[in-house]
Amino acid sequence: MLNLVALILLFPLIGAAINGLLGKRLRKETVGYVACGAIGLSFFVSILVFTGLLQLPPDTRLFEKQLFSWIESGSFKAAAGLQVDPLSSLMILIVTGVGFLIHVYSIGYMHHDKGYHRYFCYLNLFTFSMLLLVLGNNFLLMFIGWEAVGLCSYLLIGFWFEKKSASNAAKKAFVVNRVGDFGFALGIMLIFLTFHTIDFTEVFSAASQGNFAVGSFTITVITLLLFMGATGKSAQIPLYTWLPDAMEGPTPVSALIHAATMVTAGVYMIARCNVLYMLSPFTMTIVAGIGAVTALFAASIGLVQNDIKRVLAYSTISQLGYMFLACGVGAFTAGVFHLMTHAFFKALLFLGSGSVIHALSGEQDMRKMGGLKQHIPITYKTFLVGTVAIAGIPPFAGFFSKDEILLESLVQGNFIYWLIGASAAFLTAFYMFRLLFMTFYGESRVDHHAMEHLHESPGNMTMPLVILAGLSFVGGFFGLPGASAINKFLSPVFGAHGHSGTSGAEGGVHHSAMLPYLMMFVSTAIAVAGIYLAYQMYIKKPEMPKKLAERFNLIYKLLLNKYYIDELYDALFVNPVKKGSVLLWKYVDAKMIDGSVNGIARLVGWFGGVVRYLQTGYVRNYAFYIVVGCIFIVVFAAFGW
Amino acid sequence: MITLTHYLVLSAVLFTLGVIGVLVRRNAIVIFMCIELMLNAVNVSFVAFAHYLNSMQGQMFVFFTMTVAAAEAAVGLAIIVAIFRNKETVNIDEMNIMKW
Repeated sequence: MLNLVALILLFPLIGAAINGLLGKRLRKETVGYVACGAIGLSFFVSILVFTGLLQLPPDTRLFEKQLFSWIESGSFKAAAGLQVDPLSSLMILIVTGVGFLIHVYSIGYMHHDKGYHRYFCYLNLFTFSMLLLVLGNNFLLMFIGWEAVGLCSYLLIGFWFEKKSASNAAKKAFVVNRVGDFGFALGIMLIFLTFHTIDFTEVFSAASQGNFAVGSFTITVITLLLFMGATGKSAQIPLYTWLPDAMEGPTPVSALIHAATMVTAGVYMIARCNVLYMLSPFTMTIVAGIGAVTALFAASIGLVQNDIKRVLAYSTISQLGYMFLACGVGAFTAGVFHLMTHAFFKALLFLGSGSVIHALSGEQDMRKMGGLKQHIPITYKTFLVGTVAIAGIPPFAGFFSKDEILLESLVQGNFIYWLIGASAAFLTAFYMFRLLFMTFYGESRVDHHAMEHLHESPGNMTMPLVILAGLSFVGGFFGLPGASAINKFLSPVFGAHGHSGTSGAEGGVHHSAMLPYLMMFVSTAIAVAGIYLAYQMYIKKPEMPKKLAERFNLIYKLLLNKYYIDELYDALFVNPVKKGSVLLWKYVDAKMIDGSVNGIARLVGWFGGVVRYLQTGYVRNYAFYIVVGCIFIVVFAAFGW
Repeated sequence: MITLTHYLVLSAVLFTLGVIGVLVRRNAIVIFMCIELMLNAVNVSFVAFAHYLNSMQGQMFVFFTMTVAAAEAAVGLAIIVAIFRNKETVNIDEMNIMKW
């Protein structure tokens, strides 16, 4: 069954081709069926492959399928090959599974859009690219997928390109990602120079054979460059600014690309390269530090945002920070586990917010919502599940994964990591319930025009919500502390070091048996405290936020304006580059380059203007020239000069 | 005795006459005849060399030259006739429209 793995890639590609080439002539229903069918089939094959992998003994769970030899140039070889191992098989299940639900949801959400087939073409193409990224068995193939998801992200953020803000956001996402990809590409080149191969298996086995000392300079540079790519794609400090703006795209796109799958590519990449990262404690510290700071930083911005999707965007950045924190302290399993649960509940939350926006005829400002609980009950209930899951209330999915990360950061990292993580968890619980309360509870602030059209979303939109809510509820049980299925499943990939402290006997980390339970209690308490605060501020005393905002005006403004980071980047990078470009355009391009090209043409023209008078039209003159020429030749022949 | 040098001097004189004629005369037909003169000057030196070297090649070249000259005369005269029909003159100073 493992041999079928190429089909997983093929179906979305065919779907994209059909919708992209013929979509205009197909009926809307057909376009939807083709797109969803492609992903559905892909999901089905993914399950087959997954079960095929499960039937192998745990130690031999690595299947590589060579499709064809792609590039061969001297000693450089890149094969087009696919790799199925526990990590990639888990990822393809998430990508195709969540992707399928979001495709189905999109049928309802995008129903009135005139770019319907274009949308599904991009979405299928995205799924293909993401699967390529995950399944590729060498760095170059992964890089192709990496760039292709970036392209699809660009296309989908700018899907409504008539809107200036959307096309700007798309450009921003593309350019910011370019910065990170630059590092990633350099990293791959350095890997080739160091290992003379870019094949995952060969690189990692060479790295783990002890040819490189722990803390080796080359490995540190490689891992830092790769991490630079990850900060771009996974929206970490300092390259996170594109993600909030990416919310200009359609909401299902935000759910699929900018929450559940693409932005987790960086985490996947680091988990995939865990062997390299374990060789560089310095990089690990950087990864953990950036992850932790991003988690807290983004969460604090999320506290005061009023756009429902932007709150979720900052929440995504913050949760990605958690995953990096986990990877940085060496708890790759915890990071991937959180990646999975996050894919479930964040996709749910985004789709839920899409359903709210759909119900309110496009309103995204939470100050114009409120009291929607009775009007859109299914959305409300599923949204509640998602909120509880992300806030970290047991037994919902987010609790287990986040708790594991916090525990690992304390056990394998240090107290500061834990403190930052725990504070971010508190803020998470607060801003998510603030969102919930502002949207669904209290007085309705919906304007009467939108109120008239208020309706619950159709079945093809609520069904994915319900399924994702179910997953957000049960998702955590794959990683129960002490009996973690996901831990055991992923252990062949992460080897000895990936083992989690909570996995009991295998872990062998020195901490008292009571610690995990104590930590669980503490994280639950933190979450409850955050929820309670939100309850006090937005249900009990709705006037309080305003008072606080006035009282701490400075802080409030700082947060509301996202720490003025965008303005800072504009001043530091964007505007100087723009000004430099204008200078280059006006002086170098228009004056020097155009000037030299036109100057040469003018010189030739001038010379021609002078010598054309030789062409007198008198035969006698020509004959004279011939005679002079002949005399020259004769003299030359006679005297030889 | 008449040596090779005499022939060559004769040939050179005839050739120079032809060249000067081509350069200074204005009547197309006279220019044409001057060209013929140049060709035949060359013929003289061909024959002289052939005799001097005891080789037939020079003689053969003369035949070729005469053939070409005959063909050229036919084409050239036809062109001159055509020009005359157009402009009613064979003065080449009045045929200078092919210029800048």
